[in-house]
Amino acid sequence: MYDVAIVGCGIIGAATAYQLARYRLSVVVLEAMNDVANATTKANSAILHAGYDPEPGTKMARLNVEGVKMAKELCEKLSVERREIGSFVLAFSQEEMATVRELFDRGNKNGVPGLRVLTGEEVRAMEPAISGEVVGALYAPSAAIVSPWEFCLALAETAVRNGVELRLSSPVTAIEKREGSFLLRTASGDVEARYVVNAAGVESDRVHAMVGGDSFHITPNRGEYYLLDKTQGTLVDKVVFQCPNKDGKGVLVAPTVHGNLIVGPNAQAVDGPDEVGNTAAGLAFVKKMALKSVPGINFRDSIRNFAGVRANSDQSDFIIEESEAAPGFINLGGIKSPGLSAAPAIGVEAVKLLQGCGLQLEEKDSFTDTRSRVVFRHLPPEEKERMVRENPLYGRVICRCETITEGEIVEAIHRPIVPRTIDAIKRRCNAGMGRCQGGFCGPRVHEILSRELGLPLNEILMDEEGSYILTQPTKEGK
Amino acid sequence: MKYDVIIVGGGPAGLAAACSAYENGAKKIVVIERDKELGGILNQCIHNGFGLHYFKEELTGPEYAGRFVKMLRDTNVEVKLDTMVLDISQDRVVHCISAGEGYQQLEGKSIVLSMGCRERTRGAIAIPGDRPAGIFTAGAAQRYVNMEGWMCGKRVVILGSGDIGLIMARRMTLEGAKVLACVELCPYSNGLNRNIVQCLQDYDIPLYLSHTITDIQGKERVERVVISQVDDNRAPIPGSEMVLECDTVLLSVGLIPENELTRSAGIRMDPRTNGAVVFENMETSAPGIFGCGNVVHVHDLVDFVTAESMRAGAAAAKFAAGGEASGPVLEVKNGSCVTYTVPQRIRRENVEKNVELFFRVNNVYRDMVIRVKDGDTVLCQFKREHMAPGEMEKIAIPRVILDRAKGDTLTVAVEKQ
Repeated sequence: MYDVAIVGCGIIGAATAYQLARYRLSVVVLEAMNDVANATTKANSAILHAGYDPEPGTKMARLNVEGVKMAKELCEKLSVERREIGSFVLAFSQEEMATVRELFDRGNKNGVPGLRVLTGEEVRAMEPAISGEVVGALYAPSAAIVSPWEFCLALAETAVRNGVELRLSSPVTAIEKREGSFLLRTASGDVEARYVVNAAGVESDRVHAMVGGDSFHITPNRGEYYLLDKTQGTLVDKVVFQCPNKDGKGVLVAPTVHGNLIVGPNAQAVDGPDEVGNTAAGLAFVKKMALKSVPGINFRDSIRNFAGVRANSDQSDFIIEESEAAPGFINLGGIKSPGLSAAPAIGVEAVKLLQGCGLQLEEKDSFTDTRSRVVFRHLPPEEKERMVRENPLYGRVICRCETITEGEIVEAIHRPIVPRTIDAIKRRCNAGMGRCQGGFCGPRVHEILSRELGLPLNEILMDEEGSYILTQPTKEGK
Repeated sequence: MKYDVIIVGGGPAGLAAACSAYENGAKKIVVIERDKELGGILNQCIHNGFGLHYFKEELTGPEYAGRFVKMLRDTNVEVKLDTMVLDISQDRVVHCISAGEGYQQLEGKSIVLSMGCRERTRGAIAIPGDRPAGIFTAGAAQRYVNMEGWMCGKRVVILGSGDIGLIMARRMTLEGAKVLACVELCPYSNGLNRNIVQCLQDYDIPLYLSHTITDIQGKERVERVVISQVDDNRAPIPGSEMVLECDTVLLSVGLIPENELTRSAGIRMDPRTNGAVVFENMETSAPGIFGCGNVVHVHDLVDFVTAESMRAGAAAAKFAAGGEASGPVLEVKNGSCVTYTVPQRIRRENVEKNVELFFRVNNVYRDMVIRVKDGDTVLCQFKREHMAPGEMEKIAIPRVILDRAKGDTLTVAVEKQ
């Protein structure tokens, strides 16, 4: 019997696991997929929002502002790439300037630090690539960019290092309410827990329904993106939004922590959480809107398109509460934007709710709250020299575009949450994230995974179960 | 460590440059190769057809590379394998790492850049649809099949008619896969004609010109693609969709010179070639740093890479011996139908007998004349029966002709006879 079972290991499940790991509790995280951070968490704008968007007084507003404050410290101590570069909300007309001033007031009420309303000239003085049509903007210096999957991985890994159990490839298929506990049926066996935290993202209404809950419904909403080469990554050094509309925050243009340029998203309601394909119309819209903000973007330097699904719900605020249908069952649902920003605070909130349900919290004597990783390309020459001398694998560059060494890949494979797929390595080390998109390093990463995991080449997957890469040996092959 | 000539990349370009630098008197030469062996991409090109121009015989890729590796073995040229160059500075210091030798800084009197090129990816052309496994660049698939001994699909659709895609159509077929179609956006093939005949027609693989993939479907692995005909503006024509059930998509949609090091060294680039701007001797805007092969512009045949790289190697040896090139510069401009030229700049005082000029055209043409012009004056012309974007054109302009140019630009144009 576990004290707590968390369903889902995206950023929300991971943040909750991280907070619970501080206490003398037995905690299990059940993740449907074969890696953490593998749904909405891996496919979004990668922004820690300053917090001027949500309506004052909402959970969204409070948790956004608290969350990004926490993220600053968390990213520092858990070695997550984060850069506080600030954001603009551009206005192209006087009507939009009114929206900008509204956001300014809202941000001040929400406690967002350092907000300023700028003129078009001031905007272009700071970011010359921004369109001459811009008449003004809201400037929020505290907005930051982050690697969302790295953030999730860091939280989950720290939780695991402190005793939380993570079960991958364990989709929950049914939940039985028992006297004082829940029995969760999963693909990897039954799990009994006193409390359940539902952090199942776009599937959270379905998981809630397993205990008879019907208080909210998720309408998956797809956003499509372009990721551009590093040649475009220095075009702007702010997160550049347009004025928000009924569909969300509009199309943004921003650098990523990896040095690329991210452009997107559009917003389209879709039928299911699996609908993460790109569409010609969606991409064309994103491109058109992005060029309105930053006319100089060279889309010939696009290296990848992707799409993610927002967990939009029929409620205007985040759903963070104990289920009325099942005492001891905590919903963390409808976590749409700014979900990534609010995540660290949502984790704390979840613990408070569990405590309110009667969970006894007793702090552990020791809690390992640091994490380090080698990013070879960022080291100064003398450090590089020392690393290679100590471990020659750091002298072998596998991913040429991103300068990722075999040492980093092998180290990632031997961390607490074992990556088993090419994409899992990509999320941990950046190998294959660059302009050749794994054309060169894919087969090499494939070989390293096969060697380190002791699995034949044809059992290494690209990503999800079923995403096989190789079919059979060649006629003369092994 | 100090060298006369440092060569970055041990593929066909680097190998030829090394041989040539040695023959031209450079004493201390090093070739830095990131892979475990010399030869570059030729090692996975196990089909034949290499060397017809240079060796006057048909060789496979590994055989072609082997000839040069053997030539190098008889010299004192040093080879650093499994070594990655991280940075090159304008003052010709090369920073590299390897498992065996750690982090090193090498000083070169001259440097030859011969890093080759990489394949354009799905992201570069924004194909809509799902993102399952089973989508490979043709070169990555070639590596799996020819180097690792593993097939990566059973029912294959190839997008783009570049040469690697055509070669892989045949290769996958020989290994028992069903290649359903080769789909090409342009109204003409971008590969060599001999590959269309020998790799598609001989195996009854249909080539759909003026078509493209408009949707890829499949959650975990490719399940089908939708192909559509495109109009004159290359926009898909509604109603022309055709569904092909397949598990694999190979992309052969172009090559991009791999110039990260060149760019970070601050060397002037040509947006038309995606390579460095070079002079007649393959020298870049940084004195003493030369470029050759696919890192400068994408070639159609390795034989031409070899010839060009021989010139670069010789020039690098000359520079290392103190023979700096200078003099007034003729800029070479694109005329009608021409998409780029290499070299882009000519110092005629540095030209001995003639200068070889490579270029490509923007469409398929019949019975045309290549004219080299100084303003409106035609300096020389060359007849061609057939020209196509997939085939590189080469002309040699004699020094005596160059000397007649009065202005400071030359225009290369392809015109009707």
